[in-house]
Amino acid sequence: MKVLVCISHVPDTTSKINFTADNSAFDKNGVQYVINPYDEFGLTRAVWLKEKQGASITVLNVGNKETEPTLRKALAIGADTAIRVEAEPTDAFFVAQQIAAVAKEGGYDLIIAGRESIDYNGGQVPGMVAALLGWPFVNACAGMEANGDTYDFVREIDGGKEKLSASTPFVVAGQKGLVEEKDLRIPNMRGIMQARTKPLEVKAPVEAVNKTQTGAFSKPAPKSAVKMVDAENMAELVRMLHEEAKVI
Amino acid sequence: MSVLVYLESWEGKFKKNTWEAATYAAKTASMLGTEAIGLCIGKLDEDASEAGNYGLSKVLHLEGDAFNQFDANVYGAAIAEVAAAQSANTVIVSATFNGKALAPALSIQADAALLSNVVALPENASPFSVKRGVFSGKGFNVLTSDAAKRIVLFVPNSIAPEATGGNASVEGTSAGQGSISPVAVKEVDRVKGKIPLPEAERVISGGRGLKGPENWGMIEELAEVLDAGTACSKPVSDMDWRPHSEHVGQTGIAIKPNLYVAVGISGAIQHLAGVSASKTIVVINKDPEAPFFKAADYGVVGDAFEVVPKLTEEIKKFKAAN
Ligand SMILES: Cc1cc2nc3c(=O)[nH]c(=O)nc-3n(C[C@H](O)[C@H](O)[C@H](O)COP(=O)(O)OP(=O)(O)OC[C@H]3O[C@@H](n4cnc5c(N)ncnc54)[C@H](O)[C@@H]3O)c2cc1C
Ligand SMILES: Nc1ncnc2c1ncn2[C@@H]1O[C@H](COP(=O)(O)O)[C@@H](O)[C@H]1O
Repeated sequence: MKVLVCISHVPDTTSKINFTADNSAFDKNGVQYVINPYDEFGLTRAVWLKEKQGASITVLNVGNKETEPTLRKALAIGADTAIRVEAEPTDAFFVAQQIAAVAKEGGYDLIIAGRESIDYNGGQVPGMVAALLGWPFVNACAGMEANGDTYDFVREIDGGKEKLSASTPFVVAGQKGLVEEKDLRIPNMRGIMQARTKPLEVKAPVEAVNKTQTGAFSKPAPKSAVKMVDAENMAELVRMLHEEAKVI
Repeated sequence: MSVLVYLESWEGKFKKNTWEAATYAAKTASMLGTEAIGLCIGKLDEDASEAGNYGLSKVLHLEGDAFNQFDANVYGAAIAEVAAAQSANTVIVSATFNGKALAPALSIQADAALLSNVVALPENASPFSVKRGVFSGKGFNVLTSDAAKRIVLFVPNSIAPEATGGNASVEGTSAGQGSISPVAVKEVDRVKGKIPLPEAERVISGGRGLKGPENWGMIEELAEVLDAGTACSKPVSDMDWRPHSEHVGQTGIAIKPNLYVAVGISGAIQHLAGVSASKTIVVINKDPEAPFFKAADYGVVGDAFEVVPKLTEEIKKFKAAN
């Protein structure tokens, strides 16, 4: 069984977010990059498949050379091979076409991606990949169990959960629940050493168009100073929420 | 040319969220100088002509065995087919869980650009541009598309439904389910009587400061008197004090209610990322130095176990008097 895990390379969650002076781009200065947290759940789930069912894992990123340490980290966690499609990932449709092309060529049985990249918060790529391939798609996937070639899934829905099943090949966009937080694998020394010699293939992108263009960035307006209310005077808080904030 | 809006229903019923989408579509249509048409999918227990009240001229209703359960690809393909038949070059979808799942498929089937995480009405008709949230609430970006067709996936609570008092005709319509193999739904488990977080107008949230799951009664009571949804910080869901579906923040659900009340939550950067878009934030924390106060509109320094029951009492009094 061949599993393709999509990895997006994103600023660490503690990063201060700044934009360039002309607000045309994200300012990468001093920012640490990590595996997208949602993809970490997917990667660990794939490692479990490998350990229990003997799957082979390929991790894939569409990005330029600076994402390679992130792919090496994924190899250290347990992926067998890595592919980097050499292109600036500026548009979800473009990225989805690259991933679909790799998937078709490599004959994968399933694709695990994340629910959303925490940088541009698109939540678009996995569903597009599924539609491009004509494969079943499970979004916001919080559980996945193999049952032969059929898999059972848990998906988050508005106000609850849904249990689903589908046969391979399929695409899931995962999150916590695929594995639990405490089960997330982190690289150990042996993994890091092995990762150095695991194959990392760089591929040229297939021809594809962008459908969107990013324009100016801005920051949220600063909050006005907090109004402190005495803990003994909740009537005052209620009055403020009613009269000033108009939320009750 | 027209604007098509997916009018989502839950177990045959519409919600505020549906009419938010209708309002979004009506306003977008008037900006583009065209009409807005609604599309309902699946069995309905309510009258879809209500959409006229929110500015739609016509509602199409798609029914059939293929649509009795949700599937991202099947719904996406069907909406694409209806959009083509209606010459719609703009499709509006609310970013509910199902909306987020179907929009990418729809964009592929319709060969349209997908503009997601949109937080306001479109800024410009030509080129079509929207304001979207990026970096988990820490920034915004203007996203433009010159593609001939586009899907706008907007964040719930970004605009308020606006009743204008019109009427819409309701017509049946048809669409195939495409050739995509669907996912079989085996069981749907919706918690009754709970307000789903992304659409909740008010949210009461608890953190590790509450000490244990047995202390959530006062959070639920406050939520009940305020008609609010309940949320929690990440460690609280990691420790299984509360279900994962309540976890808000950078790696949980991002929300933008009118009122967010944080009780016993320190205000870590990853927590703020998911809640800072809330219109009004109230922080209750016993530590005056808690970072959350910097992001709050109203702050109360005090022990949650004393403050929360008092607040609940005062709201009850307020409601009795108003
Ligand atoms: C990659 C990554 C992603 C993350 N994503 C998220 C996320 O999405 N959402 C999220 O929430 N966190 C996230 N975190 C975790 C985050 O960094 C914090 O650890 C977490 O938000 C802290 O939760 P808390 O405020 O409930 O607990 P604590 O930080 O322990 O704060 C408890 C607070 O309760 C107060 N308190 C204690 N007793 C009382 C009392 N009796 N009355 C009133 N106040 C009291 C204390 O003063 C304190 O401020 C993430 C972390 C990482 C590394
Ligand atoms: N450039 C990329 N390379 C590889 N995978 C990606 C890339 N961008 C997005 N993905 C995958 O798609 C998921 C959702 O991303 P997005 O649609 O960008 O929010 C991520 O969690 C990744 O699994």
